[in-house]
Order: sequence, then C-alpha cells, then structure tokens
Amino acid sequence: MNGLRAAGDLVVRLQMSKGMRLKEAKAVAADKLGVTTRDLSDPLAMHELRGRLRLGRLFETETTYFRDPSPLEAKWHISETLGIPINSVIKLRAGLGI
Amino acid sequence: MAAEAGPLTIGKQTGVILVEPRIPTRMGDGSLTEMTRSEIESDLEEGTQAAVARGKVPPLTEDELDHLLDIFASTARFTGVDIGDEVVITKDGTGTPQLGSRVDALYAAEQVLGHDSCELFHNDYSYRAVKTVLPMEQQYMKEAQERLTIPVHYGAQPDLGRYSAPDGPCGNWSELLPAMKIDEARAAQEEAVEMAVEDMVFVAEGMWEAGADGINFDTAGAAGDGDFLATLKAVEALRAGHPDMGIMVGMAGEMVIGTHGQLEYGGQRLAGMRPLAQMRAVQTAGATIYGPAVNVNTSRSTAWNTARALTFVKPCMDEAKIPVHMNVGMGVGGVPMYGFSPVDAVTRCSRACVDILRLDGL
Repeated sequence: MNGLRAAGDLVVRLQMSKGMRLKEAKAVAADKLGVTTRDLSDPLAMHELRGRLRLGRLFETETTYFRDPSPLEAKWHISETLGIPINSVIKLRAGLGI
Repeated sequence: MAAEAGPLTIGKQTGVILVEPRIPTRMGDGSLTEMTRSEIESDLEEGTQAAVARGKVPPLTEDELDHLLDIFASTARFTGVDIGDEVVITKDGTGTPQLGSRVDALYAAEQVLGHDSCELFHNDYSYRAVKTVLPMEQQYMKEAQERLTIPVHYGAQPDLGRYSAPDGPCGNWSELLPAMKIDEARAAQEEAVEMAVEDMVFVAEGMWEAGADGINFDTAGAAGDGDFLATLKAVEALRAGHPDMGIMVGMAGEMVIGTHGQLEYGGQRLAGMRPLAQMRAVQTAGATIYGPAVNVNTSRSTAWNTARALTFVKPCMDEAKIPVHMNVGMGVGGVPMYGFSPVDAVTRCSRACVDILRLDGL
C-alpha cells in the first residue's frame, strides 16, 4: 500500500496494534482521515493530506518539506489521529514528563 | 478443466498443424522455462490436488483456477492487483548492506522503496544470539524510531536447535532420535523449549522497552513441534505482560514436523499441524498477525507451487480473527527458491495470493 507515499503504514499500524483484518483496518483508517478506502492507496490524495495532518511524508531533492514534522512528531500525530498507542511516542511522552 | 487440445492439433479442413504458443514462465528454482497454456492449466490443477492430498483441505474452485490461469498464462513482465485491492506488507529482515548502516537501510526502505513497515534484525537471526548483544540492538532500535515514521518491529527466529549440543547445553535430539533414544530426545527438546521461551521473552521485552512497534517470531516451527511450542509460550507470556504489543508469528512450513511428537498446546497436538490449526494456536496464544508459509517444490512450476500454496492457506481466511499475512518470498508462497527472486514470478505469486485468498497482507 505504498507506505509513507500513501497510507500503508497507517493501515499496518491498525493491524499490528489492534489485530484488525485488512477490510476493517482500511475502513477505520479512512474514517479517521476523512477519506475513502480507495484514497488510502492513492499517493496523490494521501501526500497532501499527510502534509496537512502532519503525519509524515516523503521528500526528495526538488521537493523538500523542512517544516514537516520529525518522525517522532509524525508518529505522535498518527497516534492521536488513529487513536492507537505507539510505543516510541509513549516512551517520548514518559521522557518529557507529559 | 480438461484442455480442449494438446500442444499439437491438426486442423481437419486444412491439414495445417496448429501449435499452441509457448509462454515464458518459471520453475520453482527460478529458472525460466516455457509452457503452453494447456500445460499451465494442468499444473494448476495438479498443484491444488497435491495440497488436497497432503493437507486434507478442499481444492480451489474452477473460477479460482481460471483466474490463476489468466495470471500465469500472461506474457507480461509484471502484474499487479486491481486499484483498491492493495494490501499491506510486513517484512522479515529489512535492508541490504549496500545502503550503509542497518538503520540507513531501514530509512531507505521507507523513503525509497515505499515499505509499509520494516524490521530491524541482527544478521545472526536467532533470539538466543541476540540475547548476548541486546543492548546494542536496543540502541539501533532507538535510532530507528527517531529516524523512521513507518512501524519498525524487531524480529528473529526461535531457532530451537541452537539450544542443542554442541551449540547449546541440551542434548542433541537430531542425534538421539536416529540412535532410538526417544525419551532422551524428547527430554532434551522439553528442556530447550523452556530456555528458548525465557530468551525470546527477554529479548522481546528489551526491544519493546527500546521503542519497537512490534515483535516478529519468524520461521516458528522450523525445528519441529518444540520450536512451535516455545514460540506459542513466548507469545502467551508477552501478551500477558504487554496488552498493546504487536506480535507477529511467521511459520516455517505448511506442516509442523513432529520432532518430539507428543507436545500439545491448548489441548491440541502440535505435530502435523497445517495452516488452519497453526492459525488457531497462534490466535489463542495472543498474536496480532499470523503468517502461514508453504514451501516451494523446486522441480515444479511456479503455477503448480502457487496453486498448492493457496489451497493450503485458503481454509484460514474465513476463520481468522487476526490478520493473515502469508509468507510470499524466497521459496515460500509459490515464489521461486532463489536469492534474487525474479519480479515476474514474485508479482504473479503475490497477486494470486491477494486475489484468491483476500489476504490481509503479505
């Protein structure tokens, strides 16, 4: 599902942390993002959305996003958006005391 | 499903000999060959029947075999699922040494290859080995979590054989069994199981503390039913202590070998378990993803191997309560047993698995 180019990492997080079957994971991800399940694998649709929601996205030489979140910040937003615990975010919050 | 004509047909009116075109395809060892559409069709039928005989499972339907025929009789270099039918991919061992450090390789997998998830792993892919270098692996995991947005889980193999002499402290059941020392062989495996569980839980908890998104137990059952039991017991212990931990169990083969023969889990004997029973055990233990594996016969075609693999796994799909991520890679799931898998075969096998089984992932 194209990983960070689209929403593959988000769907697999729902599977891994909640044990959701694919159909349910796609439905939940689409619902949380406000898109259709078909949009989840569309790189164009997801690239802009991920930028707006600060969920992390790809960059390359001629398309840079220095204002985009760091991976840990992106995972923080992913955790909040999908409503799932992300281990590294939990560790970060514990380290920051928040 | 009988072929309408053989490869050579003489036209009744014209006397012209009609030759069925030969289609490039692969054998299970990756070598390129050519088969007619009729021959591929025949191989698909034989493949599913081979699984029926060995696995005591229903064959693929005629529609499913027809669809597989369309996939494998195509001459395209590459194929794929329909738009909207994409699945996610989880990995065992991500990265390649040409890309710098191990974390550089994971980062490339995210940014360049578009992986949905990735796996940090040690080259000595065994929980027993990793136990001795755990702090270094924890540091790498910390770095990976800071550099990557996609999930990074940690994986290794239960590798029960590592606990037998001369590598380990237990008796060597591979030597005891042929010497007809059955009781001693069983005792050695039972002792190894407890040690393996302790090591797997220790490492998994250590990597979870370092920030891992999940843990993968790869090739569970590779050393037989003791190996599978150790995995299930480790999963059970981890689930009890960590309700949010993502846990994947990837199998070693389509049947658990009864090296011990009498081990049970949940009242079910592990020896001889096929994918459906394996899945039930993995679900009961508390895993979040189950990965069946069906080994490839290198003497048969990719079409034969794929039909056989799908037939074995299909019974899992209606009953699964957790995602099923079939192992589709070198030597499993129909993909040829070759270190650099040809993309024509990989895409055909992957698409076949998704289209027919409606998998949750690969």
